[in-house]
Amino acid sequence: MFVSLLRLEIYKIFRRPRTYIAFGAITVIVLLIQLALKVNGTDFIRLYTDTQTDIFEIPYENILNGYFVCVMVLHMILIHVPLLVALIAGDMISGEAAAGTLRLIAAKPISRTRLILAKFAASSLYVVALLLWMAVFALAGSILIFGTGDLLVFKETEMHLMKQTDVFWRFLAAFAFAALALTAIAAMAILFSVFSENSLGPIVTTVCVVIVFTIMQQLKVPLFEKWINPWSLTAHMLGWKGFFYVEKNEEGVTLDGSVENPWAVLQSALILTGYIVLFLMISVYYFRKKDILS
Amino acid sequence: MHKLLFMSFLLFEAAFIKLYAQDEKLLLQKVKEKYDKVNDYVAEGKLKTNVIFIKAPVSNVKVYYKKPDKMKIKNEKGVSFIPKGVVNININEVLSLQHYEAISSGTSRIGNTECRVIKIFPLRDEENITRATLYVDENRHVILKSVISTREEGTYELLMSYNRYVTYGLPDKVQLSFNTREYKLPKGITMDYDNGAKTPDPKNMQNRKGKVEITYSGYVINQGVSDNVFQ
Repeated sequence: MFVSLLRLEIYKIFRRPRTYIAFGAITVIVLLIQLALKVNGTDFIRLYTDTQTDIFEIPYENILNGYFVCVMVLHMILIHVPLLVALIAGDMISGEAAAGTLRLIAAKPISRTRLILAKFAASSLYVVALLLWMAVFALAGSILIFGTGDLLVFKETEMHLMKQTDVFWRFLAAFAFAALALTAIAAMAILFSVFSENSLGPIVTTVCVVIVFTIMQQLKVPLFEKWINPWSLTAHMLGWKGFFYVEKNEEGVTLDGSVENPWAVLQSALILTGYIVLFLMISVYYFRKKDILS
Repeated sequence: MHKLLFMSFLLFEAAFIKLYAQDEKLLLQKVKEKYDKVNDYVAEGKLKTNVIFIKAPVSNVKVYYKKPDKMKIKNEKGVSFIPKGVVNININEVLSLQHYEAISSGTSRIGNTECRVIKIFPLRDEENITRATLYVDENRHVILKSVISTREEGTYELLMSYNRYVTYGLPDKVQLSFNTREYKLPKGITMDYDNGAKTPDPKNMQNRKGKVEITYSGYVINQGVSDNVFQ
């Protein structure tokens, strides 16, 4: 029963034209970034390495490879993808309410809990499809255009360099983590959707929450850093980047296959999972009591 | 009478210093003769970078050299951060100085080897090198350590160890120390993930020493190197 319900929800998602806006937007953005880096990639890298050009020979051509471009694409795109996820997940319940079909589906011989879980599962599959699409264009496409090589990642006060043989698994892990992070956004959007009777409200609210927490994270105010950021959804959503931060030994040499402080990444994953469970529990609790007759 | 004695002392001192300086120059000449055996080489090695703000793996590099001062270090398949000093400053540049003063500064031990310390001061203003201190192994006629100050690239310290290619004066291992510069990007650009790891304080990066080590696995000497390699 649950599987057929899930199939129905997936069908509903992919029948709506707005679903394909996300796929189209990602395709266009990725292609634009790839084009920009193909034309002006060296200048782009110079922005990051400008202070070191007097000291080091910077191998711009070798830095600009498919892996580097993919990390840049993910860096630029993943903070905007919650908007695309909210566009679908925020509409899951409220869209039915607005269309007047919520009463109809709730009248079926299935529990409301299952209904919420099916909608959440369908949203999660949409997130996975979106990330797979992104992986095809951002990773496979960039490798095709720029080739492979060692991966250099820029941090605020560090540069992390990884051998090309030690990179691919990091992308798989990063995409898996991004799926978890975006699923948390989907769960939050469903939660807002349960409380609303129109689609716009939950979508805008979800996007606003993401924007507000991202700004709080960027402001670096001690109060926020101590009390809010450790629990901020958006701060932990960046955990995918953790797979591209490597550990080094005392001689300064990086350790192949290492992740700098993997416990932090695991902790972020657990916090995100906790949010998903919390959002779903509240959604289920409220939806079970929700008056759908009025 | 006193004046005459004083003048004689000064003349003697000047002659002594001149003779001593000639001795230093003679030693440097012997070192140069050894280096002069090499017209060009291609060497393969492993490069290790130890800079506070760079986390990098050991990389495979190819080093190209052609007389008198062409040098290139390439990592053909990957990314390596090679300090400009390695490329621009080589011992040959110091040994090829035509007009310079060489002053003995005693002896010093580098590892287990007793070395003669020679300070070199170029006499012409247009030289890139402003001064150099060389630690010369008198028995093998090779330089084990050099501290070279330049106008444009700052001060570099080179530590060299010799084994298989000592007859050509080519090291098996070179360790270069150099001053680093602050590395800091705006927060908004990087959007770092805070994993709680200790990150270097940009204030501490200024004038800290960075190190690069190249361990050579082998040299191909005097087989010709195309000029295109250095472009």
